[in-house]
Amino acid sequence: MLDLLTPFFRRLYDETGWNFVIFYEQYEWDRFVAAIWVSLELIVASLFFSLVVGIVGAWLQGSPIRAVRLFMSGYIQFFRNTPPYVQLLFFFFVLGNFTPKVDMGGYYEPMITSFGWAVISLSFFAGAFNVEIFRAGIEAVPESTREAAESLGYSRLMAYVYVILPLAFRVCLPSLNNNLVNLLKTTTQAYAIAVPEMLYTLNQVWSDNVNVPEMMIILFVYYVGLVAVLVWGMHRWERKMKIPGYG
Amino acid sequence: MLKRTLLGALATTVALGFTFAAAQADAANERFKQVLERGKLVVGVKADYKPWGFRDPSGKLVGMEIDMAQDVADALGVELELVPVQSSNRMQFLEQGKIDLMIATMSDKANRRKIVGVPQPNYYTSGTNLLAKAGAVKAWAELKGKPVCGKQGAFYNKVVAKRYGAKIVAFVGNAEAKQALRDGKCIGWVYDDSSIMADLASGDWADYEMPLNTEDDTPWALAVPVAELGGVWGNFMSGMTYNWHASGRLIELEKKWGIQPTQYLADMHERMKAYEAQ
Repeated sequence: MLDLLTPFFRRLYDETGWNFVIFYEQYEWDRFVAAIWVSLELIVASLFFSLVVGIVGAWLQGSPIRAVRLFMSGYIQFFRNTPPYVQLLFFFFVLGNFTPKVDMGGYYEPMITSFGWAVISLSFFAGAFNVEIFRAGIEAVPESTREAAESLGYSRLMAYVYVILPLAFRVCLPSLNNNLVNLLKTTTQAYAIAVPEMLYTLNQVWSDNVNVPEMMIILFVYYVGLVAVLVWGMHRWERKMKIPGYG
Repeated sequence: MLKRTLLGALATTVALGFTFAAAQADAANERFKQVLERGKLVVGVKADYKPWGFRDPSGKLVGMEIDMAQDVADALGVELELVPVQSSNRMQFLEQGKIDLMIATMSDKANRRKIVGVPQPNYYTSGTNLLAKAGAVKAWAELKGKPVCGKQGAFYNKVVAKRYGAKIVAFVGNAEAKQALRDGKCIGWVYDDSSIMADLASGDWADYEMPLNTEDDTPWALAVPVAELGGVWGNFMSGMTYNWHASGRLIELEKKWGIQPTQYLADMHERMKAYEAQ
């Protein structure tokens, strides 16, 4: 792959001064490719767990037990009212010291790595918004539908899984879409706790090669592309799930 | 019409060019003369880089580089005024005439010499080293595959990763990187040895040490306005630095401020002394 790109980008640099070093130097290329994987893993894991948190959280929010509802609103308040950047630092530097770690002689191998903390923090952050988004969807399901499910003998959980959630999902997909796009972009903040994702890596590349504008362009193109793919997928999903005459 | 405009522009440019050249010739010693006339030398120093330039509990600027600035003022027989500068603005302060001389822990780099005048010889050097828990690391090669904290954007990160296979974990600021080291998230913190020495001297890092040989030594430069490098001011500072080395004054100051002795100062002292003995 690099062999194909090298001649063009080296010539571009020699002739115009545009230094896309990641496309013609093996070391920088390797860093760049590694960053693509780390950022993709981070995005996929955070999106997935934030959805899990959202779905489970919305169910717990409708719990008949008051303590559970209080816990849920406390969780939402905490994660919605603090900046994700601060949460990342808090998780990594404060909670990170209380989790088990293995002494490696001179340093400790933590059970939860910085990548792990990033996934946890970002999932809970976006999850808090997802809970509210799902709640909006659930509340849009008519009371009569809920009662109909009940009269057919569904338990609360079963009615949630088979009747309410599928309907609620269709209602809340547009705002869910928004939140997930936001989450995708927020993953770049993991650079604060040294997760070698795209922003972290390109920041180091432009510091080493003094080519800020070029790497900035790569960064923009990369995230515009990723968000485009995500939005395209979500829209397809939205169209596929559409029930004629509903929502 | 267009032709006349172009000619006009050309004439103006040429005229400006002449004025500029004349001003430059005048400028060769202007700042030096000013210093003597006003009876005061204004020196840009660091206020946050212990023990080179920092504030003592009473708020006064003190440190090794402040002592050097005082030496210069004494030699000229003028008063000394200190102006705190940052790494990001120190060269601009000199360019804009806010300071006459800059002694502010600046590494001597080719692209900087285009902006400020650097009289030779250099007065100090620093390089890459590691802050680590006492006994944890004994050689650079031991870093292979181990997490090493660093600051995002520092050029040593890539060097240490490439040369020794260390896994660099770089943070946004030094405070976070050092906290990560304290938490045991990495085996050491790779940074400039002069800064690490300053940390060790501060007493906050009692169980820690700087166990390795400094690598990639880069000289430090004091600077005068670039136009005055070839004039009295630049030559005067070259002489000052020469005498600091020859007399052992810099080694004495190093000791005074509790800085770990550097090979560079010892070597320079030997060389200058041998030269004088001839």
